[in-house]
Amino acid sequence: MERARKAVWRQNGTAYLFLLPWLVGFFCLTLGPMIGSFYLSLTKYNLLQPPKWLGLGNYNEIFTADDSFRHSLAVTFQYVVLSVPLRLVFALLVAMLLNKGIRALGIYRTVYYVPSLLGGSVAIAVVWRTIFDGDGLFNDFLGWFGLTGPSWISNPNYIAYTIVTLSVWQFGSAMVIFLAGLKQIPADLYEAAEVDGASKVRQMFRITLPLLSPVIFFNLVMTIIHSFQVFTPAYVIGDGRGGPIDSTLYYTLYLYLKGFSFFDMGYASALAWIMLVIIGAFTAIVFATSKYWVFYSDGKPGN
Amino acid sequence: MAYRSAASRVIRHAFIIAVGLLMMYPVFWLLSSSFKPNQLIFSQPGLWPQKFTFENYAQGWQGLQGITFGRFFTNSAIISGMSVLGNIVTCSLAAFAFARLQFRFKRLWFSFMLVTIMLPYHVTLVPQYILYNEFKWINTFFPLIVPKWLATDSFFILLMIQFIRGIPSELDESATIDGCSSRQIYTRIILPLLVPALITTAIFTFIWTWDDFFSQMIYLSQPRLFTVQLGIRSMFDPTGESDWGALLAMSVLSLIPILTIFFSFQKYFVNGIATTGLK
Repeated sequence: MERARKAVWRQNGTAYLFLLPWLVGFFCLTLGPMIGSFYLSLTKYNLLQPPKWLGLGNYNEIFTADDSFRHSLAVTFQYVVLSVPLRLVFALLVAMLLNKGIRALGIYRTVYYVPSLLGGSVAIAVVWRTIFDGDGLFNDFLGWFGLTGPSWISNPNYIAYTIVTLSVWQFGSAMVIFLAGLKQIPADLYEAAEVDGASKVRQMFRITLPLLSPVIFFNLVMTIIHSFQVFTPAYVIGDGRGGPIDSTLYYTLYLYLKGFSFFDMGYASALAWIMLVIIGAFTAIVFATSKYWVFYSDGKPGN
Repeated sequence: MAYRSAASRVIRHAFIIAVGLLMMYPVFWLLSSSFKPNQLIFSQPGLWPQKFTFENYAQGWQGLQGITFGRFFTNSAIISGMSVLGNIVTCSLAAFAFARLQFRFKRLWFSFMLVTIMLPYHVTLVPQYILYNEFKWINTFFPLIVPKWLATDSFFILLMIQFIRGIPSELDESATIDGCSSRQIYTRIILPLLVPALITTAIFTFIWTWDDFFSQMIYLSQPRLFTVQLGIRSMFDPTGESDWGALLAMSVLSLIPILTIFFSFQKYFVNGIATTGLK
């Protein structure tokens, strides 16, 4: 009895020793800061004076009096709504093209993946900025067709599209996941459909898309979460302060400016919590609808 | 029939190649412009530089305030290297515990771990900053490295758990019968077999850390501590004149470590993304 208990203790002790770095990280860098951030969101705090209790004051101001908040939310939504579907559709189409037993698949896959690899860097953001500048390459290209393009980056109406193109350009990461999913679909399903005389379009809607739906679901959730947090391209392609005329004031950039330019740490924390709720809500919606369109191979819809 | 399918294959290939070239164009443009004299970068059409120059590289390498890009590269390498090491060690420890050991509240910890994967970085950002400020860690590399030594990238824990689950548990059982401790099972059996997952983790940690701009910008403000990303950003003046040649030359250099790693470990890379759905 006594010995058994000792053994259990030792077992627990060993396991917790392995888990120790993660536990410390979880409490000190995740859970603790989350509680701290929630507390700070109810205060005014500038790092120098002690936090001053405001109750729901920050939230009240955000929802009723802060035009920049509303604006940054709108800009971010616009980005998410444009970039997520475009990116996924491209990724899926190219994955389907590449899935047809093409020779030298490795090379194409690499070429399409490289942008995803580099896209997050400052270097590429700088390149993008120069390409879409008024006298940049993109307008030269339009010039071949007799078109005169605007300055895509200094015009507040167009800069968002420049940033969206940069994100769509990085469709390779989603594509590789789609490709892996497509490879899982048994070829005999298509053969059977072929025998039954089903058209290619019908095969796509009846076989490919349903069987791929778990992968689409995964890519959708990850891309949405990821897109809400767009920062570096907005910071470098725009002027770093949200300009021109707040057109690049994405949510994370606004949060950064509040917290680290104006040192309003309480306000920034409140913004972070609202962001968490929004991302959570979007993820929940996708999860909730998934039972209607995601099919798992065990025959049960949803999971 | 055969003729038609051959034609459609040609069209498909042509399309794939065309899109591929379009995709690579910005990268080629960057490379070619970095060898053009400054005044020709925007005026000379075509990718092949009419006049080759290495001036941009020499100029760019000077960096800023007397601190060369050599320093920035060293800083980036230190931060990325230490992050890679941290993630490999601590994530594999946690993954081993979750995948192979029995302990109280395991399910609870496991679900916490899963939730943290989805958590946006920004929710913990401000208190973390305050914490590091208290520790006097602002303008040191600690805020960028220490989290990786505390397994905060839960994503990789999950990746390794999945991988460990594929390793037959009979191996552990027979080792236990032979008198191996958990520590020995971890170091002698699991770690060697976990190498592909460790490599995937290492590659992604390196690239994400190297490319990361946000946290580097927040925690490092002295030029001698700048990373490559910060160096490039500070050469770039969105309102006025930048030294474009130098900027683009350093941009090319900044991408080389990523591309080198990608091309040398491609096999692991593609399998890693495909099986785990990274990013």
